Amino acid sequence: MIRFEPRGPVPVSRILAVSVAAAVAALILAAIPMAFAGLSVFEAYGLMIKGAFGSFFSFTEMLTRAAPLILTGLAAAVAFRAKLWNIGAEGQLYAGALASVAVGTGAISGPSYILIPAVVLAGALAGGLVMLGPTLLKTRLGVDEVVTTLLLNFVILLFVQMMLEGPMQDPMGMGWPQSEPILDEAALPKLADRMRIHWGLIIALVASLGTYFLLKRTVWGFEVRAVGENAAAARHAGIPVTATLVRVGLLSGALAGLAGVGEVAGLKGYLTADISPGFGYFGIVVAMLAGLSPIGVVIAALFIASIFVGADSMSRATGVSNYLANLIVAMALLCVLVSGLFLRFRIRFVGSPAAKETSR
Amino acid sequence: MIEILDILLTANFWAAALRIATPLIFGVIGALVCERAGVLNLGIEGIFTAGAMAGWMAVWLGAGLWGGVLVAALAGAFFGLIHAILTVPLGLSQHVSGIGVTLFATSLSYFIYRTALPDVSSPPRIEAFQPLDIPVLSDLPFIGPALFQQTPLTFLALFLVVATAYMLYRTPLGLAIQAVGDNPAAVESQGLSVYALRIGTVVAGSAIMALGGAFLTMSAFDAFFFGMVNGRGWICIALTVFASWRPGKALIGALLFGAFDAFQVRLQTEVGTFIPGQVFLMMPYLLSIAALIVVARRADYPRALLVPYFRGQR
Repeated sequence: MIRFEPRGPVPVSRILAVSVAAAVAALILAAIPMAFAGLSVFEAYGLMIKGAFGSFFSFTEMLTRAAPLILTGLAAAVAFRAKLWNIGAEGQLYAGALASVAVGTGAISGPSYILIPAVVLAGALAGGLVMLGPTLLKTRLGVDEVVTTLLLNFVILLFVQMMLEGPMQDPMGMGWPQSEPILDEAALPKLADRMRIHWGLIIALVASLGTYFLLKRTVWGFEVRAVGENAAAARHAGIPVTATLVRVGLLSGALAGLAGVGEVAGLKGYLTADISPGFGYFGIVVAMLAGLSPIGVVIAALFIASIFVGADSMSRATGVSNYLANLIVAMALLCVLVSGLFLRFRIRFVGSPAAKETSR
Repeated sequence: MIEILDILLTANFWAAALRIATPLIFGVIGALVCERAGVLNLGIEGIFTAGAMAGWMAVWLGAGLWGGVLVAALAGAFFGLIHAILTVPLGLSQHVSGIGVTLFATSLSYFIYRTALPDVSSPPRIEAFQPLDIPVLSDLPFIGPALFQQTPLTFLALFLVVATAYMLYRTPLGLAIQAVGDNPAAVESQGLSVYALRIGTVVAGSAIMALGGAFLTMSAFDAFFFGMVNGRGWICIALTVFASWRPGKALIGALLFGAFDAFQVRLQTEVGTFIPGQVFLMMPYLLSIAALIVVARRADYPRALLVPYFRGQR
């Protein structure tokens, strides 16, 4: 009989080892559908690695893709730490993008050092406000935030479509549902000439360091962890649970909103209803792979981004569906969930002599 | 006002309402039994997709329609088993596992579809379920066209509501499922296996959910499209709370929802030029949130919902 014995505190090295093991396991498992599709597995992975790291261009593409994943990953990590199940990063991303476009296409004018912060702030604020609703509904009325955040994703996407076909449509856009382009002064600068990579990556890295500092080095970070571990005990200890959850919600939504800012103000220059291929949902995978660590989120986002960019390139070369990338990412999430057991528990086979000695 | 009444008084309208409600009935019944056993199943959106794809593909490959339904149910059971193993004996977060199952089931379904049909732009059609023409009953005025000219899967959904209610409230198995969602330790002390009950219920519930997806490809439409599930699964999760975990109320909730949806489509044709179409499309989601707010205060959650149970603890 198998038995799980809880372990004590987990060292960072073991979190890292387990996450890497989970990622490797996902890559091995993904060989099954690849073989099923008639691919030679080694050749396919070779093409994927080349597609993500093979040239300076592909490497910057991978980093460009990682930027929003870092931010949505942070959004999920921060919220999940407090057991606030924010599954709405996708909608918050679009809200952030919409607000930054609203501000950045002429609502205010001025030099870059005013416009860029205004655009970034507007996006963060919009994302945070979107998450405020479900958080308050949870803390005040006990409405399950999983469902409300999920449903809001659909509402916000429809709202964005409505704006893009209505008041915010670009009159020069030949009838396409897209916004006016963002002013040059409001656009995030590029990081490299003739590449798509932009300052959104720097914002994401700073956000990751900032979140790390906030969680590890401040009283507030301690409160977040306490609420996540045991809300009832935290309340007994005098921690303002509701206020903490509201702040977590605002921060989580703001981080997801920033992801939207980067996609429109840094990458695309205007808003369409398809700027995110599911960054909000994949952020959950990033956060889980990272063991909810803000620094780990960066590594996990790089991994997921290289799968996406690599699989895209491999798919173009071989003609195999690029849904393979989504499949590998989904498998990575399931693998990391299972591997999480090895972190929290020591697994023993009850009945063996070793187990008998230690059992009470 | 007159126009609204006109809409509500046509049999056509109520037939559409029941048709729209059918996948939701399967979904909410499946979600409800899982949650009654204490396991939230957010895999539902992906299980819908898997059921839609698997059922359609089985028929496309030459299985009969009922064979397709069976394949869809088996696909649902498979993903339900993954969710059950992760959440019941392993006790992992039900939220995250459910999202993982949704991602996995959706991407696997899309991948298989694209691998089988690499360069097809318009999806191949199958001969879908046709409305039954029940003698006498379907000739009844109003009720005939509204209730009795549906496809067999709609009747299966209605039957499942009754069967689930009977099972939950009148059989030892149902009482055990309810108990395992309320107080698993007590069930264990009765000599029943918490794990077996929960795993079995999640697998069966997921198979039922998948039928909702199968309805989409095998009754409502006759082909599989990307994104065709489009949030219906999440709405079932909201409906489950709205229904207070009761099959009868679940049926009423799904029908209200279907009626509203059918109504907005008809209203849209009247006032569509004044109000953007997206406003109508938002309504189901906003309505679900509103319903959650209304019932949240008196929601009588199964007490052990989301709480993993470890054998021999306490």
